[in-house]
Amino acid sequence: MIEARGLTKRYGDKVAVNDLSFSVAPGRVTGFLGPNGAGKTTTMRLILGLDSPNSGAVTIDGKRYMDLANPMREVGALLDAKAVHGGRSAYNHLLCLAQTNGIGRRRVTEVLELVGLTDVARKRSKGFSLGMGQRLGIAATLLGDPKVLMFDEPVNGLDPEGILWIRNFMKALAAEGRTVFVSSHLMSEMENTADHLIVIGRGQLLADCTMEEFIARSSGQSVRVRTPQPELLAKAVATAGGTAANGGSYGELIVQGLNAQHIGDIAFDTGVRLHELTVVRASLEAAFMELTGDSVEYHAAVPAATGRN
Amino acid sequence: MAAITTSLPPAAGRSGLSGALVSEWTKIRSVRSTYWTLLALLAVSIGLGGAITAATAAHWNQMSPGDQATFDATQTSLAGLFFLGQLVIVVLGAMTFTSEYSTGMIRTSLWAMPRRPVVYAAKALVLAAVALTVTLVASFITFFLGQAILTSTHHQATLSGPGVLRAVVGSALYVTLCGLFAFAVGALLRHTAGAITTVIGILFVLPILAHVLPTSWYHGLERWLPSQVGMAVSTTVPSSDSHYLFSAWGEMLVFGVYVAVLLVIAGSLFRTRDA
Repeated sequence: MIEARGLTKRYGDKVAVNDLSFSVAPGRVTGFLGPNGAGKTTTMRLILGLDSPNSGAVTIDGKRYMDLANPMREVGALLDAKAVHGGRSAYNHLLCLAQTNGIGRRRVTEVLELVGLTDVARKRSKGFSLGMGQRLGIAATLLGDPKVLMFDEPVNGLDPEGILWIRNFMKALAAEGRTVFVSSHLMSEMENTADHLIVIGRGQLLADCTMEEFIARSSGQSVRVRTPQPELLAKAVATAGGTAANGGSYGELIVQGLNAQHIGDIAFDTGVRLHELTVVRASLEAAFMELTGDSVEYHAAVPAATGRN
Repeated sequence: MAAITTSLPPAAGRSGLSGALVSEWTKIRSVRSTYWTLLALLAVSIGLGGAITAATAAHWNQMSPGDQATFDATQTSLAGLFFLGQLVIVVLGAMTFTSEYSTGMIRTSLWAMPRRPVVYAAKALVLAAVALTVTLVASFITFFLGQAILTSTHHQATLSGPGVLRAVVGSALYVTLCGLFAFAVGALLRHTAGAITTVIGILFVLPILAHVLPTSWYHGLERWLPSQVGMAVSTTVPSSDSHYLFSAWGEMLVFGVYVAVLLVIAGSLFRTRDA
C-alpha cells in the first residue's frame, strides 16, 4: 500500500506536484496517467525518496521509504531502464544491487531466468536492445520478491511482443496480491492493463477511480440509433432532454444525454421503428483527452490556416 | 504465468553498511575502467621511477660531488608514483562517484539502498582500500626496482635506512588521499570532467600560481599546499627545498584534514540533495 498525503514538490518556481493525495491498494494494477510533464515521474521519485517533497509525505505500508529495513524486499521500482552502468554485465549489475539488501547469488540467477536473460547474463548491458534493457530493469525489481512494484512508463519504445510481455507480467504480479503501480501517457495501454486509475495533470489529482467509473463518468458516453424515420426520433429525443446529431449515414443518429433504455421507450411511444440501438462506450483515450485537455503542459502551436502574401 | 517463484530466504536483519560494502566492491571490480586506471597507475609509477633512476645511474659520474652527496635515492625511485600516479588515481577516485551520475545508476543504487550516508561511506571505504592496496604494491615495486638500478652508483637505499620505509608507505598513502580528494570533489560536482579538472587544478596549477607570489609569501604558504605533501613525505635526504615545510607526517596531516573536511561536506550535501 502506497499512501501519498498532500505531496508538493517545486523545482525553482515550477510546481511539479501540487498537494497530491492518493493511495495505491494491493491486488490490482493501478494505472498512473497524465500527459507528459504532469508530474508522474516526480511523484515516483518522491515515493522512493530520490527527491524530498517541499511539503506532504508519502509512505509505504506506513513507513517512509528510507526507513524500510530492507527496501528491495518491500518495493521493486523501475524508473528508468537506462539507469544502469552499461559497462557492467547484467549479472554483476543485479548482483551489486542484491548485495545491498543481503540477497544471494542464487536469487540473481533466478530472476535472470525469470525475465529470459540467462544467455546474456555475462554480457555488458550497453549492448542490450531496448527490450532487453527493460527486462533487466524488471529483473532488478523482482530480486527482493517485493510486495509493491512500481514502473515508470515501462512500455515506452517497446515492440508489440515486449509490450505484451510486460502487460501480462504486471497482471500476474497483481493477481498474486501485490501492489502494482504503473505510469503511462499511453491511454490505450492502460485500457488493457489497469484495474484502477489515478489521473494527474499539472501535478494535481484529476481522478482516482476504477477504469469503468472513469470511462462512464466522461460525457463521451453516447448511443447510436438507426431508424428510417430519423427526423421524428430526433424531435422526440430533443423533447425528452437529449441531443441527437446526425451520424455518418442517413438514418443514423448519435444521441447523448439519454440512455439506451430511455431512447428505446421514446421510440416505442412515438411509433418510430428502430434498426439499431447501440451504446457507444467512450474509449479511455477520449475520456482522458477530455479530462486533461486543460492540463497539458505544452500545447502544440496551431499553424496559421491561411497563407500571407 | 507464475510471476515470481522464489528461493529467496527471509531477511536476516536490516540492510546496512556490510551489504553496501560488498555491493560497492562488486561495482568497482566489475567495470573495466577500474582495471585500466589501476594498470595505468602501476605503469606510470614503475615506468617513470625506473626511467629516472636509470638516467641517474647512467649520468652518475658526470654529477658534481655535491649533487651526489644530496642525492635522494628513495625519493627518486618513488617520483613516478607521487608525481604522475596521483593524476591517475584522481580519475579513479572521481569516477567512483561521478559514473553513478553520468550513467544514471545513482537512481537505481538509491532505490536499492536509500540510506545515503551508508552508500557514501561504503563507496569511500572501498575506494580507499583498493587505492591503498594498489599504491602500496606500486610503491614497493618501484622502490626495489629503482634501488636495483642504482646499485652501480653505490648510493642505493635500503628499507631500513632512515625515513625510507616512511617514504615508501607515505607515498602510497599520499596518492590514496589524492584519490579520496577526487572522490569528494566528484561527490560535490557530480560531473566527471569537472571533478578531474578541479582536482588537477588544485594539485598542479595552484602551486604554479603560488610561485608567482613574492618569495616570502610563498614560503609562508607552501606548507599548506596539498601538492607539497608528496614531496615532503618521500624525502629521506633533507634539502634546502624542504625548510619551509612541516615534517613529513605533519604535511600528511594537513592534507588528511583537507580531505576529511571535504569528504564530510560532500557527504552531507549528498544526503540532502535531490538525486
